[in-house]
Amino acid sequence: MEQILANGVYLGSQYAMIALGLTLIFALMNVLNFAHGQMYVIGGFVTYTFYGQWGVPFVLALVMSCVTLAILGALIERYLFAPVIKGSAREESTMLLAAGIAFFLDAVILLVFGEKQRGVPKIVDGVFNYDFRLIMPYDRILICVLAILSIVAFIGLMQYTKTGRALRALAQDRTAAQLMGVNVDRYSMIGFALGAMLAGLVGGLLVTITGVNLGMGGPTSIKAFMMVMIGGAGVISGAIWGGIILGFMEAIGLAVLYQYGDITYLLIFVSLMIFLAIRPQGLMGKPWG
Amino acid sequence: MFGFTAKQLTGVGIFLFVLFIGVPLIIGATGRWDFYFTLTSVALLAIASAGVWLTFYIGRINIGQGAFALIGAYVSAILVVKAGWSFWISLPAAGIFAAIVAILIGLPILRLRGVYFAMITLVLTQVVTLTALALPITNGAKGISNIPLPSGVSLFGIPILPDFAGMENTKLAFYYTACILMVITYAALYRLVNSRLGHLCRSMQQNEELASSIGVNIAYIRIVIFAISSFFGGIGGAMFGSIAQSVYPSSFQVADSVNFMLNCFLGGLGFVFGPMLGTLVLYFGWDLLFEFGKYQMLIYSTILILIIRFLPNGLLSLRFGKGGDK
Repeated sequence: MEQILANGVYLGSQYAMIALGLTLIFALMNVLNFAHGQMYVIGGFVTYTFYGQWGVPFVLALVMSCVTLAILGALIERYLFAPVIKGSAREESTMLLAAGIAFFLDAVILLVFGEKQRGVPKIVDGVFNYDFRLIMPYDRILICVLAILSIVAFIGLMQYTKTGRALRALAQDRTAAQLMGVNVDRYSMIGFALGAMLAGLVGGLLVTITGVNLGMGGPTSIKAFMMVMIGGAGVISGAIWGGIILGFMEAIGLAVLYQYGDITYLLIFVSLMIFLAIRPQGLMGKPWG
Repeated sequence: MFGFTAKQLTGVGIFLFVLFIGVPLIIGATGRWDFYFTLTSVALLAIASAGVWLTFYIGRINIGQGAFALIGAYVSAILVVKAGWSFWISLPAAGIFAAIVAILIGLPILRLRGVYFAMITLVLTQVVTLTALALPITNGAKGISNIPLPSGVSLFGIPILPDFAGMENTKLAFYYTACILMVITYAALYRLVNSRLGHLCRSMQQNEELASSIGVNIAYIRIVIFAISSFFGGIGGAMFGSIAQSVYPSSFQVADSVNFMLNCFLGGLGFVFGPMLGTLVLYFGWDLLFEFGKYQMLIYSTILILIIRFLPNGLLSLRFGKGGDK
């Protein structure tokens, strides 16, 4: 039981971070970022290159992941999403753009890093063992703590800084924010960069445990969408709850139903559909976002 | 004639000529027989995309067409292989089964809008794929293979449809079948959009509450539209299974559902023939770029991004489309 709970916390904290970036981008621009999973993979590969290949300290490699993705996100927003949102008759057209970017990033990853599974040396050795009831490698605990710290830092940024206040205003009502003197274009770009940066940060953190490969992008995006849906689209606290809930469902499901394999995911998806049919705005979303 | 302008009729005439006579002549002259398979796939995917376009027409983003295509493919395959039905009866049966599933699922989920509907249909695709893996009748991950080719049909001793198994050139036969199905689908779609139901759909697309307040039965219409849409999906999927002679849970996945949606976006949501063009460009373009080897994906996605960057309302917003502008 302790093991299941610990796995749940570990999975949940990672998932919450992935969902946070996605929900931030959605809240600000109403864009479903299909390329989120690919951004996560790129973050993983950047850390792999710096830490695994060139022997740069892990923390520095993580920072490089964040910076790369933030620049990438800012460029994508500035030169692709912003003009398309302005020019299209229906704002759903951005979905095609997002999917195109997902394909593009996949192609770039394939050309630059190849399709092999990549891993990096462990950051800390050893396994935490509590009476054989709770077994957890130290690096997982470290990553889990780092993820929780990043989430706390992100919430702090959103709540207590000027940038965070502007972003929250933008998410609430774009026009009103503009009328109050918020530079909408600039903060959209910052928000998108921040969301992409979070994806890169998770990728960099997780490469130390699961490694990274080309095929991880798509499934990660789908999982992130689910978490955002559970919590409510475009709500920061909702994304965190969604991540934790999905993490625990997976941990419990895989532990209880392990002999049936994919049944766990079938059950998760079906219950999600029933939940959404009853409560479409998720746990704490605004209706008809 | 029938309220069409001469220009529209010429357009349709040219299109049908190219489809049924021009393409086989060109392929015969160039010897690229593999294009038959590509173009047949395009025609079938265009049928499924037409369904997605129809749900867009009532203002819903549908990322669940892969689910209905998979259902159609499995229903047809099971009826042909296990129950010994003729393929030509199983084809409408597959469509109708998909439509019934759509009605049952649509009753609760069609109340949702915007991204919520998009996401729940995306999840639906996953559910159907995983169900196909888990159910005994679908044979799990092994899928159903060795589906026999469509058999002949004769009425009162007069052959109506030839036996595909006894034919020398099944590729051409499948090409014609798929094209005929596609033409019927789009004719039906055009008729539907220009009917009273089509006008009601447009009113729903703009504002559901307003439409409802002036007496449009929106709950009924969206179920009907979703059922028709899924019917197209089922037909397309069933025909695909018959051509590939096999169905697996991975035949139609989330990526396929997303592609169906992209076809509609690329062609243009405001045009009946948008999804057909979108499917042709996306699928055929991907095939043509095969020669670039490992750069195929890079070039393909770059073109895709450029198109949407400079033509955000779809290819047909350039107005070189003929006929059916809506």
